[in-house]
Amino acid sequence: MDLVCHDSEDIRIVEVAEDRIDAAVAIQFKDRMRELSDNGPMRVILDLSRVTFLDSSGLGAVVAALKQMADGRRLELSGLTPKVAKVFRLTRMDTVFTIHPDISAIGVGLKNAG
Amino acid sequence: MGSARDHSVGKPTPNGRFRLVFPGDSLSVRGALRAAMRAFHEMGVAEGHVGVVEIVLAEVLNNVVEHAYADHGRGVIELDVSHRGIALAFVIRDDGRPMPGGSAPGGRPHDLDVTADDLPEGGFGWHLIRELTDDLEYHRSGNRNELRFCIQLDASLHN
Repeated sequence: MDLVCHDSEDIRIVEVAEDRIDAAVAIQFKDRMRELSDNGPMRVILDLSRVTFLDSSGLGAVVAALKQMADGRRLELSGLTPKVAKVFRLTRMDTVFTIHPDISAIGVGLKNAG
Repeated sequence: MGSARDHSVGKPTPNGRFRLVFPGDSLSVRGALRAAMRAFHEMGVAEGHVGVVEIVLAEVLNNVVEHAYADHGRGVIELDVSHRGIALAFVIRDDGRPMPGGSAPGGRPHDLDVTADDLPEGGFGWHLIRELTDDLEYHRSGNRNELRFCIQLDASLHN
Protein backbone atom coordinates (compact mmCIF):
# COMPACT_ATOMS: atom_id res chain seq x y z
CA MET A 1 0.00 0.00 0.00
CA ASP A 2 1.79 3.08 -1.26
CA LEU A 3 1.10 6.19 0.86
CA VAL A 4 3.29 9.23 0.24
CA CYS A 5 3.75 11.79 3.00
CA HIS A 6 4.29 15.52 2.40
CA ASP A 7 4.83 17.59 5.55
CA SER A 8 4.62 21.33 5.94
CA GLU A 9 4.85 23.10 9.26
CA ASP A 10 1.34 22.41 10.43
CA ILE A 11 -0.12 19.98 7.89
CA ARG A 12 0.77 16.47 6.87
CA ILE A 13 -0.63 15.48 3.48
CA VAL A 14 -0.88 11.74 2.99
CA GLU A 15 -1.29 10.98 -0.68
CA VAL A 16 -2.69 7.57 -1.58
CA ALA A 17 -0.53 6.60 -4.56
CA GLU A 18 -2.79 3.72 -5.63
CA ASP A 19 -6.02 3.64 -7.61
CA ARG A 20 -8.02 1.42 -5.22
CA ILE A 21 -8.67 1.12 -1.50
CA ASP A 22 -10.56 -2.15 -1.41
CA ALA A 23 -10.91 -5.37 0.56
CA ALA A 24 -7.54 -6.60 -0.74
CA VAL A 25 -5.60 -3.70 0.86
CA ALA A 26 -7.88 -2.30 3.60
CA ILE A 27 -5.88 -3.73 6.51
CA GLN A 28 -2.54 -2.58 5.07
CA PHE A 29 -4.01 0.87 4.53
CA LYS A 30 -5.21 1.08 8.13
CA ASP A 31 -1.83 -0.04 9.49
CA ARG A 32 0.12 2.44 7.33
CA MET A 33 -2.19 5.25 8.38
CA ARG A 34 -1.55 4.41 12.03
CA GLU A 35 2.21 4.73 11.45
CA LEU A 36 1.73 8.04 9.65
CA SER A 37 -0.52 9.65 12.23
CA ASP A 38 1.15 8.95 15.56
CA ASN A 39 3.71 11.73 15.09
CA GLY A 40 4.15 14.89 13.03
CA PRO A 41 1.69 17.74 12.40
CA MET A 42 -1.67 17.79 14.17
CA ARG A 43 -3.64 18.23 10.98
CA VAL A 44 -3.57 15.30 8.54
CA ILE A 45 -5.12 15.52 5.09
CA LEU A 46 -5.72 12.27 3.23
CA ASP A 47 -5.40 13.08 -0.48
CA LEU A 48 -7.63 10.63 -2.37
CA SER A 49 -7.34 12.29 -5.78
CA ARG A 50 -5.62 9.27 -7.34
CA VAL A 51 -8.09 6.77 -5.88
CA THR A 52 -10.74 5.88 -8.45
CA PHE A 53 -12.44 3.16 -6.41
CA LEU A 54 -13.19 2.54 -2.74
CA ASP A 55 -15.41 -0.28 -1.49
CA SER A 56 -17.06 -0.69 1.92
CA SER A 57 -13.90 -2.31 3.34
CA GLY A 58 -11.90 0.68 2.13
CA LEU A 59 -14.46 3.04 3.62
CA GLY A 60 -14.23 1.16 6.93
CA ALA A 61 -10.44 1.53 6.83
CA VAL A 62 -10.71 5.31 6.29
CA VAL A 63 -13.12 5.53 9.25
CA ALA A 64 -10.71 3.42 11.31
CA ALA A 65 -7.91 5.83 10.36
CA LEU A 66 -10.02 8.71 11.68
CA LYS A 67 -10.66 6.87 14.95
CA GLN A 68 -7.02 5.93 15.52
CA MET A 69 -5.59 9.46 15.13
CA ALA A 70 -3.21 9.97 18.06
CA ASP A 71 -3.14 12.85 20.57
CA GLY A 72 -6.07 14.82 19.21
CA ARG A 73 -4.88 14.92 15.58
CA ARG A 74 -7.51 15.71 12.96
CA LEU A 75 -8.04 13.75 9.77
CA GLU A 76 -9.59 15.49 6.77
CA LEU A 77 -10.13 14.24 3.23
CA SER A 78 -9.39 15.80 -0.12
CA GLY A 79 -9.93 15.11 -3.81
CA LEU A 80 -12.74 12.53 -3.85
CA THR A 81 -13.21 11.15 -7.37
CA PRO A 82 -16.80 10.39 -8.54
CA LYS A 83 -17.21 6.76 -7.42
CA VAL A 84 -15.46 7.43 -4.11
CA ALA A 85 -17.68 10.47 -3.50
CA LYS A 86 -20.74 8.34 -4.27
CA VAL A 87 -19.81 5.74 -1.65
CA PHE A 88 -19.30 8.49 0.96
CA ARG A 89 -22.61 10.11 0.01
CA LEU A 90 -24.71 6.91 0.01
CA THR A 91 -23.38 5.88 3.43
CA ARG A 92 -23.67 9.50 4.66
CA MET A 93 -20.02 9.38 5.70
CA ASP A 94 -19.70 12.69 3.83
CA THR A 95 -21.40 14.21 6.90
CA VAL A 96 -18.76 12.83 9.27
CA PHE A 97 -15.57 14.01 7.50
CA THR A 98 -14.34 17.43 6.52
CA ILE A 99 -13.92 17.02 2.75
CA HIS A 100 -11.94 19.46 0.58
CA PRO A 101 -12.36 19.54 -3.21
CA ASP A 102 -8.60 19.39 -3.76
CA ILE A 103 -5.28 20.03 -2.08
CA SER A 104 -4.84 23.48 -3.63
CA ALA A 105 -8.12 24.57 -1.98
CA ILE A 106 -6.61 23.74 1.40
CA GLY A 107 -3.55 25.94 0.73
CA VAL A 108 -5.84 28.89 -0.07
CA GLY A 109 -7.86 28.26 3.08
CA LEU A 110 -4.72 28.34 5.18
CA LYS A 111 -3.51 31.57 3.70
CA ASN A 112 -6.87 33.15 4.39
CA ALA A 113 -6.80 31.89 7.94
CA GLY A 114 -3.55 33.82 8.39
CA MET B 1 -5.67 -25.93 -17.64
CA GLY B 2 -9.34 -26.63 -17.69
CA SER B 3 -9.89 -26.95 -13.97
CA ALA B 4 -12.79 -25.16 -12.32
CA ARG B 5 -10.35 -22.73 -10.73
CA ASP B 6 -9.13 -21.26 -14.01
CA HIS B 7 -10.33 -17.81 -14.85
CA SER B 8 -12.87 -18.02 -17.58
CA VAL B 9 -13.59 -14.63 -19.01
CA GLY B 10 -16.57 -14.49 -21.31
CA LYS B 11 -16.72 -11.79 -23.96
CA PRO B 12 -20.08 -10.05 -24.14
CA THR B 13 -22.21 -11.52 -26.92
CA PRO B 14 -24.09 -9.25 -29.35
CA ASN B 15 -27.29 -9.70 -27.33
CA GLY B 16 -25.47 -8.38 -24.25
CA ARG B 17 -24.74 -11.35 -22.02
CA PHE B 18 -21.55 -12.47 -20.41
CA ARG B 19 -20.35 -14.89 -17.79
CA LEU B 20 -17.26 -14.92 -15.58
CA VAL B 21 -16.05 -17.79 -13.42
CA PHE B 22 -13.21 -17.09 -10.97
CA PRO B 23 -11.72 -18.19 -7.65
CA GLY B 24 -13.31 -16.86 -4.46
CA ASP B 25 -10.43 -14.76 -3.14
CA SER B 26 -10.05 -11.00 -2.98
CA LEU B 27 -7.36 -10.63 -5.65
CA SER B 28 -9.36 -12.75 -8.11
CA VAL B 29 -12.39 -10.56 -7.35
CA ARG B 30 -10.28 -7.53 -8.36
CA GLY B 31 -9.41 -9.22 -11.65
CA ALA B 32 -13.03 -10.22 -12.28
CA LEU B 33 -14.22 -6.66 -11.59
CA ARG B 34 -11.68 -5.34 -14.08
CA ALA B 35 -12.86 -7.84 -16.72
CA ALA B 36 -16.52 -7.07 -16.00
CA MET B 37 -15.98 -3.29 -16.25
CA ARG B 38 -14.30 -3.78 -19.62
CA ALA B 39 -17.26 -5.86 -20.79
CA PHE B 40 -19.76 -3.17 -19.68
CA HIS B 41 -17.83 -0.52 -21.59
CA GLU B 42 -17.90 -2.79 -24.67
CA MET B 43 -21.67 -3.16 -24.20
CA GLY B 44 -21.91 0.64 -24.35
CA VAL B 45 -23.10 1.09 -20.75
CA ALA B 46 -22.64 4.76 -19.71
CA GLU B 47 -19.72 5.60 -17.42
CA GLY B 48 -21.90 6.64 -14.45
CA HIS B 49 -23.78 3.35 -14.56
CA VAL B 50 -20.58 1.34 -14.88
CA GLY B 51 -19.45 3.03 -11.66
CA VAL B 52 -22.64 1.95 -9.87
CA VAL B 53 -22.21 -1.61 -11.16
CA GLU B 54 -18.60 -1.67 -9.92
CA ILE B 55 -19.64 -0.51 -6.42
CA VAL B 56 -22.41 -3.14 -6.21
CA LEU B 57 -20.40 -6.03 -7.66
CA ALA B 58 -17.42 -5.28 -5.41
CA GLU B 59 -19.69 -5.51 -2.34
CA VAL B 60 -21.52 -8.64 -3.47
CA LEU B 61 -18.36 -10.49 -4.53
CA ASN B 62 -16.36 -9.48 -1.45
CA ASN B 63 -19.23 -10.73 0.70
CA VAL B 64 -18.95 -14.12 -0.99
CA VAL B 65 -15.18 -14.19 -0.37
CA GLU B 66 -15.42 -13.05 3.27
CA HIS B 67 -18.62 -14.74 4.43
CA ALA B 68 -19.74 -17.58 2.13
CA TYR B 69 -16.14 -18.78 1.69
CA ALA B 70 -14.98 -17.33 5.04
CA ASP B 71 -11.73 -16.09 3.47
CA HIS B 72 -10.37 -19.62 2.87
CA GLY B 73 -10.01 -18.77 -0.82
CA ARG B 74 -10.83 -22.21 -2.20
CA GLY B 75 -14.27 -21.67 -3.69
CA VAL B 76 -15.42 -20.62 -7.15
CA ILE B 77 -17.73 -17.72 -7.97
CA GLU B 78 -19.89 -17.49 -11.09
CA LEU B 79 -21.19 -14.18 -12.38
CA ASP B 80 -23.83 -14.02 -15.11
CA VAL B 81 -24.90 -10.70 -16.58
CA SER B 82 -27.58 -9.94 -19.16
CA HIS B 83 -28.55 -6.62 -20.64
CA ARG B 84 -32.36 -6.39 -20.60
CA GLY B 85 -33.75 -3.19 -22.07
CA ILE B 86 -32.85 -0.40 -19.67
CA ALA B 87 -31.54 -2.68 -16.93
CA LEU B 88 -28.70 -5.08 -16.29
CA ALA B 89 -29.69 -8.37 -14.65
CA PHE B 90 -27.13 -10.16 -12.47
CA VAL B 91 -26.90 -13.70 -11.11
CA ILE B 92 -24.09 -14.59 -8.69
CA ARG B 93 -23.58 -18.20 -7.58
CA ASP B 94 -21.22 -19.77 -5.08
CA ASP B 95 -20.92 -23.03 -3.14
CA GLY B 96 -20.12 -21.46 0.23
CA ARG B 97 -22.01 -21.11 3.47
CA PRO B 98 -25.61 -19.87 3.31
CA MET B 99 -26.56 -16.34 4.29
CA PRO B 100 -27.34 -16.11 8.02
CA GLY B 101 -31.04 -16.75 8.63
CA GLY B 102 -31.48 -17.85 5.01
CA SER B 103 -32.10 -14.37 3.67
CA ALA B 104 -30.15 -11.39 2.35
CA PRO B 105 -29.52 -8.65 4.94
CA GLY B 106 -31.71 -5.56 4.82
CA GLY B 107 -28.85 -3.07 4.96
CA ARG B 108 -30.23 -0.38 7.21
CA PRO B 109 -28.22 2.86 7.33
CA HIS B 110 -26.06 3.41 10.40
CA ASP B 111 -26.74 6.01 13.05
CA LEU B 112 -23.87 8.44 12.50
CA ASP B 113 -24.96 10.84 15.21
CA VAL B 114 -22.37 9.38 17.59
CA THR B 115 -18.92 10.31 18.87
CA ALA B 116 -15.96 9.49 16.62
CA ASP B 117 -15.06 6.49 18.81
CA ASP B 118 -18.43 4.90 18.10
CA LEU B 119 -18.45 5.40 14.33
CA PRO B 120 -19.07 2.15 12.44
CA GLU B 121 -16.14 0.64 10.53
CA GLY B 122 -18.20 -1.97 8.72
CA GLY B 123 -21.69 -2.97 7.70
CA PHE B 124 -21.84 -0.48 4.83
CA GLY B 125 -21.89 -3.13 2.11
CA TRP B 126 -25.51 -4.24 2.23
CA HIS B 127 -26.70 -0.67 2.58
CA LEU B 128 -24.88 0.19 -0.68
CA ILE B 129 -26.22 -2.94 -2.42
CA ARG B 130 -29.83 -2.24 -1.34
CA GLU B 131 -29.59 1.45 -2.34
CA LEU B 132 -28.29 0.73 -5.83
CA THR B 133 -30.18 -2.44 -6.89
CA ASP B 134 -33.76 -3.55 -7.56
CA ASP B 135 -35.57 -6.89 -7.33
CA LEU B 136 -32.93 -8.51 -5.16
CA GLU B 137 -33.60 -12.19 -4.43
CA TYR B 138 -31.56 -14.78 -2.60
CA HIS B 139 -32.05 -18.55 -2.91
CA ARG B 140 -30.23 -21.45 -1.35
CA SER B 141 -30.54 -24.73 -3.23
CA GLY B 142 -28.51 -27.69 -2.03
CA ASN B 143 -25.00 -26.35 -1.43
CA ARG B 144 -25.40 -23.35 -3.71
CA ASN B 145 -26.10 -19.72 -3.00
CA GLU B 146 -27.77 -17.77 -5.77
CA LEU B 147 -28.23 -14.01 -5.62
CA ARG B 148 -30.19 -12.19 -8.32
CA PHE B 149 -30.72 -8.45 -8.77
CA CYS B 150 -31.09 -5.73 -11.39
CA ILE B 151 -29.44 -2.36 -11.84
CA GLN B 152 -31.46 0.21 -13.75
CA LEU B 153 -29.76 2.11 -16.57
CA ASP B 154 -32.30 4.92 -16.55
CA ALA B 155 -30.53 8.20 -17.35
CA SER B 156 -32.18 9.99 -14.42
CA LEU B 157 -30.79 7.57 -11.84
CA HIS B 158 -27.41 7.26 -10.21
CA ASN B 159 -26.27 10.84 -10.67
